[in-house]
Amino acid sequence: MSSDTHHSGISGLGGEVLEHTEVKVSHCYQCGKCSAGCPLSQEMDYPPSVIMRMLQTGDAALEDKVLRSFSIWVCLTCEMCFARCPMSIDIPKMMDFLREKSIKEKKSNPKAKEIVAFHKSFLDSIRYTGRLYEVGLFVDYKTRTLKILDDLALAPKMMKRGKLNIIPELIKDRSGVAGIFRKANKKNKN
Amino acid sequence: MTLGFYPGCSLKGSSREYAESVLAVAKAFDINLEEINDWNCCGATAAHNMNKELSLALPARILSLAEKQGLIEIVVPCAACYSRLTVTKHELSKDTELKALVTEANGLEYTGSVSVLNIVQFLDKYITPSLGGRVVTPFDHKVACYYGCLLVRPHEILEFDREEDPQSLDVLMLKVGATPIDWAFKTECCGAGLSVSRTSSVGRLSGKIIGDAKDRGAEAVIVACPMCHSNLDMRRDAINSYLGEKIDIPVLYITQAIGLALGLDRKALGLQRHFVKVTV
Repeated sequence: MSSDTHHSGISGLGGEVLEHTEVKVSHCYQCGKCSAGCPLSQEMDYPPSVIMRMLQTGDAALEDKVLRSFSIWVCLTCEMCFARCPMSIDIPKMMDFLREKSIKEKKSNPKAKEIVAFHKSFLDSIRYTGRLYEVGLFVDYKTRTLKILDDLALAPKMMKRGKLNIIPELIKDRSGVAGIFRKANKKNKN
Repeated sequence: MTLGFYPGCSLKGSSREYAESVLAVAKAFDINLEEINDWNCCGATAAHNMNKELSLALPARILSLAEKQGLIEIVVPCAACYSRLTVTKHELSKDTELKALVTEANGLEYTGSVSVLNIVQFLDKYITPSLGGRVVTPFDHKVACYYGCLLVRPHEILEFDREEDPQSLDVLMLKVGATPIDWAFKTECCGAGLSVSRTSSVGRLSGKIIGDAKDRGAEAVIVACPMCHSNLDMRRDAINSYLGEKIDIPVLYITQAIGLALGLDRKALGLQRHFVKVTV
């Protein structure tokens, strides 16, 4: 690693982050306000400021650890880090990019299995009905994770309060929405 | 008067009472909220976590449909939908290549002409000016106004209220006779989309919010987001077990609180749908 790449952060994963999101990891000077304000940092393997530092090094092994981290999945995109960053670094935008790349490279952290499964179930629901179908989402999520018993008591309580639709709301132009998914996924594979 | 309306998925299901109360308050002021025809889900957290193009194309489709319907302003009560639609408008306005890509994927024209109003912007613009004279039952309670994340962040894009210690909900609640309290968790995250996949995190994060509201004497928590509501209300068991005590402070949508002050029927505001009994 040359000192040049160290400071500019234009090579490796930091460079990709810059290219795709315009987020400059090199601007971080490690004040740690993001990690202090992050509501999830205590559950992360690397808090946000450490992720920034790992990317700044340009070290391929550390970059790999970032993509395999639990941090990027437990991040809720609450935007607190961005709000408090004295350098206005859009960390949540970077996190979106890292998650997408982590999935593409099949590196998602095993501890994030449920979180990733939930996102997939959620998107599948939209792909087929155009809107979120909550019953379908629960069933699909449980099938993916085998967390059959979790929240089992919640469904009848929601039903009683009229909060759960048994029949999905189907939009008319479902093929249009399915087409959006097809094109977005195709582009993702390139 | 007619305005566009994007309810989003939650308001058709688990947060039905939010839609009911928004529509009831609008009706009380002779405002017709016209739903966007054949709208789709905005993609929410799942889309922007997994696929950037999808996370922009889905909201862009909604905005295109609104344009096609001749709508100039759309009211978007869900803070998460509001965030996705506003971020999409922002991203597409500064990147013509991305805009072309999204337009092509959607097969719909998109100009970005539709204004997106969050619930507070809608209330401030169309309800607040004539609200004072309409309050029949002042909401005379100490309230903790909880803004959460997506209503106020990122400020660079939303340009709405303050990121730290926002005031807009507090000002609204003052107008209907409430006493907003000063507290520390106005904009701390409730756990949002981890509600199902990591309920323990939600118990901790939402637990701190409800715990602080209680410690400072709040009689109700006021929210403007269905995800905040479902975590603070529906996940109360997880919250109580995190806190080790049973806290029964109810969580109301801003439109439910205003509706009560206007003297609207409790059932029309959907108060019976909550998990934590609304005693205020």
